[in-house]
Amino acid sequence: MWDYSDKVKEHFFNPKNAGAVIDANATGEVGSISCGDALRLTLKVDDDSEVILEAGFQTFGCGSAIASSSVLTEIIKGMTLDEALKVTNQDIADQLEGLPPEKMHCSVMGREALQAAIANYRGEEWKDDHEEGALICKCFAIDAVMIEEMVWANKLRTVEDVTNFTKAGGGCASCHEDIEAILEKVLAEKGEKFDPNAAPVAQPAKVTAAKAPLTNLQRIKKIEEVLESLRPALLADGGDVELVEVIGNTAYVNMTGACNGCQMAAMTIGGIQQRLMEVMGEFIKVVPASEMSKLVNIEAVS
Amino acid sequence: MTDIYLDNNATTKVDPAVVDVMIPYFLEQYGNPSSIHKFADGVARGLKQARQQVQALIGCEHDSEIIFTSCGTESNSTAILSAIKAQPNKKEIITTMVEHPAILSLCDYLEKEGYTIHRMPVDKAGRLNLESYKKLLSDEVAIVSVMWANNETGTIFPVAEMAALANAAGVMFHTDAVQAVGKIPMMLQDTKIDMLSLSGHKLHAPKGIGVLYLRRGTRYRPLLRGGHQERGRRAGTENSASIVGLGKACELALEYIEYENTKVKAMRDRLERGITEEIPHCFVTGDMYNRLPNTTDIAFEYIEGESILMLLNKAGIAASSGSACTSGSLEPSHVMRAMDIPYTAAHGTIRFSFSRYNSMAEVDEVLKVMPGIVATLRKLSPYWDGNGPVADPEKAFAPTYA
Repeated sequence: MWDYSDKVKEHFFNPKNAGAVIDANATGEVGSISCGDALRLTLKVDDDSEVILEAGFQTFGCGSAIASSSVLTEIIKGMTLDEALKVTNQDIADQLEGLPPEKMHCSVMGREALQAAIANYRGEEWKDDHEEGALICKCFAIDAVMIEEMVWANKLRTVEDVTNFTKAGGGCASCHEDIEAILEKVLAEKGEKFDPNAAPVAQPAKVTAAKAPLTNLQRIKKIEEVLESLRPALLADGGDVELVEVIGNTAYVNMTGACNGCQMAAMTIGGIQQRLMEVMGEFIKVVPASEMSKLVNIEAVS
Repeated sequence: MTDIYLDNNATTKVDPAVVDVMIPYFLEQYGNPSSIHKFADGVARGLKQARQQVQALIGCEHDSEIIFTSCGTESNSTAILSAIKAQPNKKEIITTMVEHPAILSLCDYLEKEGYTIHRMPVDKAGRLNLESYKKLLSDEVAIVSVMWANNETGTIFPVAEMAALANAAGVMFHTDAVQAVGKIPMMLQDTKIDMLSLSGHKLHAPKGIGVLYLRRGTRYRPLLRGGHQERGRRAGTENSASIVGLGKACELALEYIEYENTKVKAMRDRLERGITEEIPHCFVTGDMYNRLPNTTDIAFEYIEGESILMLLNKAGIAASSGSACTSGSLEPSHVMRAMDIPYTAAHGTIRFSFSRYNSMAEVDEVLKVMPGIVATLRKLSPYWDGNGPVADPEKAFAPTYA
C-alpha cells in the first residue's frame, strides 16, 4: 500500500466539508483520466466581496483524492476568488505533508476543480490545459505524455537527452527501458530509428558561452533566469528553489517544498549547478543557503 | 478481535508444520545437495520426498516431471520461452486478456520481438469462447497459455478441454495454475496439459519457491543453464529448505482439499450472501457458478476500492482491490475492463480470499463493519444522493476529464 503521511490519513478518516454546499453559487466538476477519480467542488461565494464563505466536496476516488479534496476546502475557505486562484496543487500537497509521486495527480485534480468552480461562478468556461499519461519516472514524477512531447519538440534521440530535458530517468534509472520504448515509438513515427549510441542533441536552454566575463549583475540575472526555467520540473515533483545570494561564482539557494530534506536534494542541486554552468559558460558553484551563515561568520571574524 | 486476513490469493501464512520441516535444512542439513558429506547426505532424500509430495497433489505420472523454480513467474517465463526456443519457426502465442501480468507482460515483450499474440477476450462473466479458441489453433502457434483460475475473480477456465484441443492440433499447452493448485483437485496424468506453473506461497509454503511441471517428452529448453541441478533443466543450487517446505505444504493441501471445498467455501458463500443482501448496489463479478471455493470479488458501485481498503484496514481486515489506485501503476484492473464492468463499479471492486485459517466468526465481523464502510464512502460520492444513487448517475455527474 502507499506510504501516506499522517496528514493524508487524518483528512481521509475525518474529512472536512464533505458533501455539497446548500445554495452553492459555484460548482466545479473534474476527473482524472489516469485513475478514474472524480471530484465535485461546490462553493458559496459572497457576491460583494468575492470571499469564499463555504466550500464542500464530493469525491469518487482513493484515499489521497479524498484527502486532497478535504484539505483544499480548508485552504480556500475565507479566501477571495483571486487569492484562491493562486492556490497550486503544490500547496495542496504541502498541506498534506506530501503525496507519493503516483498520487500527485490527486492534488492537480483539486486545483482544477477549484479553477473550474471559479470559472463557473464568473460565467466562464474552464478548459483543461494539460494531458496526463502513464507515470514513467517515479523519482521525478514525469509521465509518458510529457516525455513524448519533449521528444517531439526538441528532436530528442537518446535516454540521456530525455533526462537532460525532463529529468526523467535521472534518478534510480529503472525507467530507462520505458524511456527507450517511448523514443522507439516516437522516432518510428518520424521515420527514424532509435540508436542508443546517438550523439546527444544540444543541451536545453544552452546559449553560446559569453566571451567577455559577466558582470555581477548580469550573472545574478542569468542565474535567476535559469532557476526560473527549472522551477516547473521541480514543482512537478513537489519542490521549489529560490535564489538567496550570489557571491562571486557561488550561488546560494533555498530548496523548499518536497525538495527540502529530500534525499534527492543533493542530486537536484548538482543538476542545477550543471545546468547553470552549461548556460553561462563559466564555473558556478551552487550551495544550499544554510551554508551561508558559516561563511558570514567567518567573514565577521576576519 | 485479532486482525482478519482475507487476502489469501495475494499470499498465505506459512503453515507452522511447514516451518518445522524446514528448520533442519537451515541448521543441520545445510550442505549443498551436490556434496558428498554428512551435511548433505539427507538433502537429496528430502528433495526426493518433496518431489513426490508435489506429484501427489497435482497427479502427474512421474516425479521427474517436477522442476523446482524460484517462483510462479519464473515457471511461467520458462514455459513460454522454452516453447518458442524449441520451435523457432512458430511465431504465434495464444493467451487470454485476463492472465496474470507474469504472462501478459512477457507476451507484450514478445510482441515487440515480432510474435503475434492472440489475447482471447472474455464475456461479462469472465468466460472464454471455445469456438473462437478452436479457430486460433494452427501450425503457426508455438504455445497456448491459459490460467487455470483467475486470481481476481476466481473464475475457472476449462483448461483440460482446451489442452485436449491444443494437443489434437499439435500445439503445446501451458497453464498458470498458481491460484488453482491446492484449491481444486487435479490429476494431470489424465489431461493433455504439457506444462503447469505453481507457486509455493499461495498454498502455505514460503515465498521464493515454485514449480514448473513438464510432461515427460515435451520439447524443452532451459531458461537458466549452468549446473546439473533439476537434471540440467533449471541450473542453480537447490533452495532445499523451501523445496522441503513446499513438499510438506502440498501434502497438507491434499489433506485439506475437501475442507477447502466445503468449510472454506461455506465461509466465502456466507460472506458473499451477507454482503450482497445487506448492501444495496453491489454485485459479484466473474462466473459465480464456476469459481475457486475461496474467492469472492464484489463490486461496490459509486465508490472507490482503495478507500474501502483503507477503512477495512482500520477495522483490522485485510483484503485487496482491482481499483486503479491500489495497483501501483494507475491502470484499473485489466480483468475488470476485460469483463466490461462499468467504470463506476470496476473501481470499487474488493476481493476477499479465504484460507483454512479463517473462521465463521471472522466472516461475521466483516459483515458487521462492511455496510458502515460503504455508507461512509457513498456519503462522499458525487454519484450518491441520500439513500441511493442519483438519478441517471452518468449524466447527473459528468466531470471534465483531464
